[in-house]
Amino acid sequence: MSKLCAPRPLPAARRPAVATADTAVGVGRHPAGWLFVAVSLAAATAAAAAIPDVSGGRIFRVAVAWVPSLGIELSFLLDGLSLLMTLLVTGIGALVGLYSLDYMRGHAGAGRFFVYLILFQASMLGLVLADNVITLFVFWELTTVASFLLIGFDHASETARRNAWQALLITAAGGLALLAGLILLAGAGGSWELSALTKAGAAVREHPHYGAILALVLIGAFTKSAQVPFHFWLPNAMAAPTPISAYLHSATMVKAGIYLLARTHPVLSGTPEWIWTLTVVGAATALWASLMALRQTDLKLALAYTTVMALGTLTMFLGSEASVALAAAITFLLVHALYKCALFLVVGCIAREAGTRDTEQLGGLARAMPITAVAAAAAALSMAGFPPFLGFIGKELKYEGALAVASEPVFVAAAAVAANALMVAVAGIVAVRPFFARGGALVRRPHEPPLAMWLSPLILAVLGLILGLVPPVVANGLIQPAVSAVQGAPESVKLALWHGINVPLMLSVLTIVIGLGLYISHRRMRAALSVLVARLPMSGDRSYDRVKDGVLWLAERQTRILQTGSLRRYLKVIFTVAALSVGGTLVAKDAARWPADWPGVPMHELGVLVLIAGGALLPILTASRLVAICGIGVVGSGVALIFLFYGAPDVAITQLLVEVLFLVIIAVILLKLPRFVGATHPGRGGRASDGAVAVATGAAIAAVLLAVLDAPMSDDLSRFYAAASVPDAYGRNIVNVILVDFRALDTLGEIIVVTAAALGVYSLLKLRTQRRDG
Amino acid sequence: MNSIILGAAARFVVALMLTFSIYLLIRGHNAPGGGFVGGLVAAAALFLHAIANDVAATRKMLRVDPHVIAALGIAVAIAAGLIAAFASEPFLTGFWMFPGGLPLGTPLMFDAGVYLAVVGAVTTLVFALEEDA
Repeated sequence: MSKLCAPRPLPAARRPAVATADTAVGVGRHPAGWLFVAVSLAAATAAAAAIPDVSGGRIFRVAVAWVPSLGIELSFLLDGLSLLMTLLVTGIGALVGLYSLDYMRGHAGAGRFFVYLILFQASMLGLVLADNVITLFVFWELTTVASFLLIGFDHASETARRNAWQALLITAAGGLALLAGLILLAGAGGSWELSALTKAGAAVREHPHYGAILALVLIGAFTKSAQVPFHFWLPNAMAAPTPISAYLHSATMVKAGIYLLARTHPVLSGTPEWIWTLTVVGAATALWASLMALRQTDLKLALAYTTVMALGTLTMFLGSEASVALAAAITFLLVHALYKCALFLVVGCIAREAGTRDTEQLGGLARAMPITAVAAAAAALSMAGFPPFLGFIGKELKYEGALAVASEPVFVAAAAVAANALMVAVAGIVAVRPFFARGGALVRRPHEPPLAMWLSPLILAVLGLILGLVPPVVANGLIQPAVSAVQGAPESVKLALWHGINVPLMLSVLTIVIGLGLYISHRRMRAALSVLVARLPMSGDRSYDRVKDGVLWLAERQTRILQTGSLRRYLKVIFTVAALSVGGTLVAKDAARWPADWPGVPMHELGVLVLIAGGALLPILTASRLVAICGIGVVGSGVALIFLFYGAPDVAITQLLVEVLFLVIIAVILLKLPRFVGATHPGRGGRASDGAVAVATGAAIAAVLLAVLDAPMSDDLSRFYAAASVPDAYGRNIVNVILVDFRALDTLGEIIVVTAAALGVYSLLKLRTQRRDG
Repeated sequence: MNSIILGAAARFVVALMLTFSIYLLIRGHNAPGGGFVGGLVAAAALFLHAIANDVAATRKMLRVDPHVIAALGIAVAIAAGLIAAFASEPFLTGFWMFPGGLPLGTPLMFDAGVYLAVVGAVTTLVFALEEDA
């Protein structure tokens, strides 16, 4: 991690091309951006219009048949929880899009940027609205893919590519675990629909698979929401452009894991496993991340770590059963989305105007950028939990919730206080220092950024204030329906700015005192933390690299052993394995049999058999390629004769023709091959060992066939085809009827394979010819 | 290969083999034959032509690239399957009509696709090997 905390200048590609404050509307703003803003705004308005209905307890559900034979539907559900998430995804999406209009202005990749953003938003909406678990999983993985594209947006940068891969590998691996967990869950709960599973909680918790379901679902949630020990990908995802970071971190992708925990809460929660895993992992994540946040000098990284901290806190609270704790989690989800997005956008403004994100170099920006400073201050006050901001309500509720936790209230409350105190300090570092501290060594003179870039963070920050002033509206409209959904039962939630003098208020005062202390001494803390981190034996990021290197090492080793490039060796390995596994199984299972009613072999067939055996011997005995090929031709023709004896003229003709073409093709190749000497020549010993492998394989297959003959055979299938082929398919040749009618799909697959193989050989040969010519 | 006898014989044999391959294709539904075998015979015929003259001459005679023929074959086979969609039946359901007692069905069209795919694929392969010298 050491390389991440080093102050680094902003790469030129990520910096908007135009750095002066040109506010002329409509120049260089990408039309796809306007489309994104318009669509997001429309969706947000539609979602907002549903608030009265949903808070009244109504639930909207639509379903379309998708894979009816498996009971899988494309079904979507709008309840309190998905409504809150939808509002965040679309509302914040609209503001981020608005901001990006100016941020990406004149950027060559602006079109691509907005397309990724649209894809991402659509996936996220699908995820939070999905009712069917398979639908949920599909959208879950779509968000992973979209975020991969977004994090790696600046694909010329090695770091961006590496970090995009890291996010993809970790979250997609978690996604696969989640798929397994969801399938088990659906099996245990008896439904594919989350809305039905909610009511099957007791059955699932008593199911023998409960442990596996919980572990798999939690792995999915923890990887996506960057919980310890999977936390490291999220700060690395900061390689993305700033609006993307704001969007991924505030409203969307990283909240997907939290959303999943909330969504599965009614089904899986309440057991000691659930409570302890979530509480311990969440607390560990929150504390570790807030310490790491204090350590950063890069504003964006500091914010990224506070996101991890917020996710840890949310996880910790979702571990609880108490409805106050759940209300705290949901309120904090909303609070965090508002202030975190605002602060990220502010950091984007700072980086653009000041040319750096390093706290040590920044200072006194408030005079040059007064509006941005107001937005930053308001967002930071909400983050630190000062009244009358929504953050204050969230924090009070957190303490109330922590104390209501039945099993370990002191632990949860202590973790919450510590994490919050660190947040106060980080809020000061991120939003107060750059604007209000004296000093700063800036290379250029900052201005107020263009309209869209200050408007979006300002709207978000002011929303944090307005919502804080009307707690009952927020409680009734958003929090209460969402908590009811998480709880799985209707719940009444009250939010208020003033609770009277009680324990949470005391804890709040304590938090602010500690936080201010940390802020004042943060330089010394940073030095101490650096020493601490340098002494750590292992970090998540380094472990990731080790695992990746290990996999590569293993792949290279096995390639060197197995894929030597010698065809003879490949075939020898394949046939040896086949002979050993088939023969070995026969012996081990004591299944080798001589057919009970052995019909004997008639003379003419015996003659053909001798012919085949002779042909097979030739390649072993001769040193000439041509003779060997002719021997193989004899084998093939003999097999064709046997087909003919047993009434399969179709197969016999095909066999014969294939044999002829094969011989001709090989002969053509032989004319062009170099002489069969030296290393390519197997020699006497080599031919003997090849022969041994061939005999062993043949013996094993023959033994299997004899054993099969001993078992009673059913001719149902041939009788069916014989009876059905004329009336159903108007054909008397059963083989052809099967090929072109009954099993035509197989044939289609085969001709595609044949053609693909031919094209493959063709392009390989052409490639070689060109290389030789060039 | 520069052989007068082979060149003279090939003129007749190639024509005969190509005709025979079509015959095999058409009769396949009721008697031994079919698109796969027919395609192999046709490929053998084209290869004989290529040996008697040279690959360039055979390519000229074909006018179309062999791999285009293969792709065309797959397209024909898929099209035969898609006809069922007009009757809202599953992909590859067979449809028949009997104009004047002559049985014509989508399986025959499908088989023709197989025929073209096999001719195209095998010829692509063989010509590529032959030209690789």
